[in-house]
Amino acid sequence: MADVKTEASSASTPPKRRRGGQPEFGPKRPLTSGGILALVIKVVLLGIIDALAVFGLYVLVGKGDWVAAAVLVAVVALVNYIYLKPGVLPAKYLTPGLFFLAVFQVFVIFYTGYISFTNYGDAHNSTKEDAIAQIVRTSQERVPDSPSYAVEIYRQADQYGMLVAEPGGGTAFGTNEQPLEDATSAPDGWERLDLNQVLRFQDEVLALTVPVSDDINDGTLRTPDGSTAFVFTSTLEYDEAADTFTDTESGVVYSDDGEGNFRAEDGQTLTPGWRVVVGWENYAYAFTNDQIRDPLIRVTIWTFAFAFFSTLLCFALGLFLAIVFNHPTLRGKKIYRILVILPYAFPTYLTGLVWAGMLNQEFGFINEVLFGGANIPWLSDPWLARLSVLLVNMWLGYAYMFLVCTGALQSLPDDVIEAAKMDGAGAWRIFRSIKLPLLFVAVAPLLIATFAFNFNNFSVIFMLTGGNPRFPDTTMPIGATDIMITMVYKIAFGSGGGRDYGLASALSILIFIIVAIIAAVSFRSTKSLEDLH
Amino acid sequence: MAGMSDFASKPPTQLPGQRRQPFGRWFVDKGWRHLVGIAAIIFALLPLAYVLSASLNPIGTLTGSNELFRAFSLDNYTEILTRDGGIYLTWYWNALVISVVSSAATVLLCAMGAYAFSRMRFRGRRTGLLALLILQMFPQLLMIVAIFLTMIWITDVFPAIGLGTHAGLIMVYLGGALGVNTFLMYGFFNTIPTAIDEAAKIDGAGHARVFFTIMLPLVTPVLAVIGLLSFIGFIGEFAIASVLLTDPRDQTLAIGLFQLVSGFQSQNWGIFAAGAVLAALPVMILFLLLQRYIAGGLIAGSVK
Repeated sequence: MADVKTEASSASTPPKRRRGGQPEFGPKRPLTSGGILALVIKVVLLGIIDALAVFGLYVLVGKGDWVAAAVLVAVVALVNYIYLKPGVLPAKYLTPGLFFLAVFQVFVIFYTGYISFTNYGDAHNSTKEDAIAQIVRTSQERVPDSPSYAVEIYRQADQYGMLVAEPGGGTAFGTNEQPLEDATSAPDGWERLDLNQVLRFQDEVLALTVPVSDDINDGTLRTPDGSTAFVFTSTLEYDEAADTFTDTESGVVYSDDGEGNFRAEDGQTLTPGWRVVVGWENYAYAFTNDQIRDPLIRVTIWTFAFAFFSTLLCFALGLFLAIVFNHPTLRGKKIYRILVILPYAFPTYLTGLVWAGMLNQEFGFINEVLFGGANIPWLSDPWLARLSVLLVNMWLGYAYMFLVCTGALQSLPDDVIEAAKMDGAGAWRIFRSIKLPLLFVAVAPLLIATFAFNFNNFSVIFMLTGGNPRFPDTTMPIGATDIMITMVYKIAFGSGGGRDYGLASALSILIFIIVAIIAAVSFRSTKSLEDLH
Repeated sequence: MAGMSDFASKPPTQLPGQRRQPFGRWFVDKGWRHLVGIAAIIFALLPLAYVLSASLNPIGTLTGSNELFRAFSLDNYTEILTRDGGIYLTWYWNALVISVVSSAATVLLCAMGAYAFSRMRFRGRRTGLLALLILQMFPQLLMIVAIFLTMIWITDVFPAIGLGTHAGLIMVYLGGALGVNTFLMYGFFNTIPTAIDEAAKIDGAGHARVFFTIMLPLVTPVLAVIGLLSFIGFIGEFAIASVLLTDPRDQTLAIGLFQLVSGFQSQNWGIFAAGAVLAALPVMILFLLLQRYIAGGLIAGSVK
């Protein structure tokens, strides 16, 4: 017996809103409302979730990540509570969807906000300890008179280790993470590599750098051939007490500048840096730096223009075709309608790639066949490229609008139109004064949704032009047809290194704010919320 | 072109004996519509015909593809299917698995959510609906950096669902499931009279039985529409997949075909076209078979 009271309203209308609607729970009920099968399924699924949670907890505690461990425990406890307690039906149905929504839609919005206040990126991608170790490791040179050590290389899964015969007669074992420790042989489970294997895994063997001791300034052992090793020490010496690096050759001192870098007096920094919170710096950079400010303004304006004209063109063509084929006795209407919506069924990513080939300046179909061998720079001239993007997006999107407008036209009330005809209105007058306003009311929410969609229409831009042609006045990899979302993608994941997650997140937040404003304005104007029961 | 006449709703506009309208009147009434229709069909089908023709042309370069349907050979198809040890089929399989699992799970999560919103009354219901409506304006692509870094973190704890895994990508896709489609589904659930589930409850059916055996069969059309639309969306999704799937053997059609023509556009054109035809045909056939429902679903979701 379910326990949610809905009003037994008349058979065809959805339930009306009730004030302070609270589910009323019946008497004590068994663990499930269904039979034994439902109980088994429920117990098995919960068991799997709990087992995974225990495993995750073990890993997290091992890493010392107490915050995450606590969150995990809380979430799993809540899930168990929801599914074991009788009642709480809405939660039982909403939890699975809400879980993914909470992590990959809501949490990541806040996380984006946090990243936008850090200097996270390729040059600052980890903690300060990691950065120090990395600086020491990358600035190492072989000690000129280092003795040579005889070594054997060992492997366990994807870990490599070194057994070293020390000059004193003892042997010691160590890995990349674990400094040398006295040991008579390699630990259990490690297998020795023979010469063939050393050759096969030579990249890993060459990358093996075993710290001589716990003090990173003592240097590391490396082997060029898998049988002898030499001591390498860093030309940069780290002083833990003062938290500075000193270059042993030039004597330059690098100290923590508070912005995630070791910086010398002359402004030189050591790479890599580490992650720190930099406050509004990314935002300030976006609005003040010459390299990015003007291009960002141009990209923002183009994003609005692209979204507006795309929506307008798709709607105009879709509506026009819907009107043309909306005739009671037109032969072949069905065939027309099916063929005309085919572009909507063609995958978006392929559309961009195919048109990119057709619009190719030297060999493309459009120039060679339709324009008789002309050399029109469809995708390499800034304005022509923008026009091309709009036209291709129109090809891709008009069919959706055609479908929607066809449906809306067919559901227009006949009596009003008949009345207008009686009053002697012509076809054009009826269309302009009656059909169009009524249709507009019906499709207005969709036009706004389409605008919002095109505002972030990554696929068509990225596949057709890749954002090119490039802006000549900036070193950033952005161009005339880039919209904000493709700019974010390029700054965060672009080829050629220099990934800047902080800046990309700051731009994401800007887009987010713009879209939020669009959403708020559209909700207030369309009143689409009035039919929420 | 006008082979199929529309017998439905044909009002008797003509008097018997008056077989033909004068041409001028016919043109003003219908003739120009045919001209527009033919132009629209050329505009719609030219790129599609071009891809098909290029895929069958053995020359396989951009220039060679400009003569439509001059040659017929399946060389490009054998090439795309065998190249790099048949990696194209691997991409195809990956794309299918990811899209089928994601869209099936999306439909299930959405239906559960819509059932709760439509049939139950609880605190925060209106707010919840409103929040979902607003959240769907923010595509996950906006949060791509944070999603990527979150996945890195998950990889440390559960490598099996972390970066570079299909399971991880599917989880990310499911994050958008509730926001995007629940509202459309909610509207459909509301059209099912509550008397039906009330009656079932009086007969002693539990909420789960009502949901799975009574509600879901009644809303099958909308399940099909949302399933198909999200399937098409997932199979064409490039940006998030390209960030999360790092190993070429795990990647999908969209990423693979993009890489095939980025930089080597002209040389690989025929092979790309063959790959594009194979990728697009199943989706388009599926779309055409279900287009009646799709149109209905789109319009119901809008005009309601």
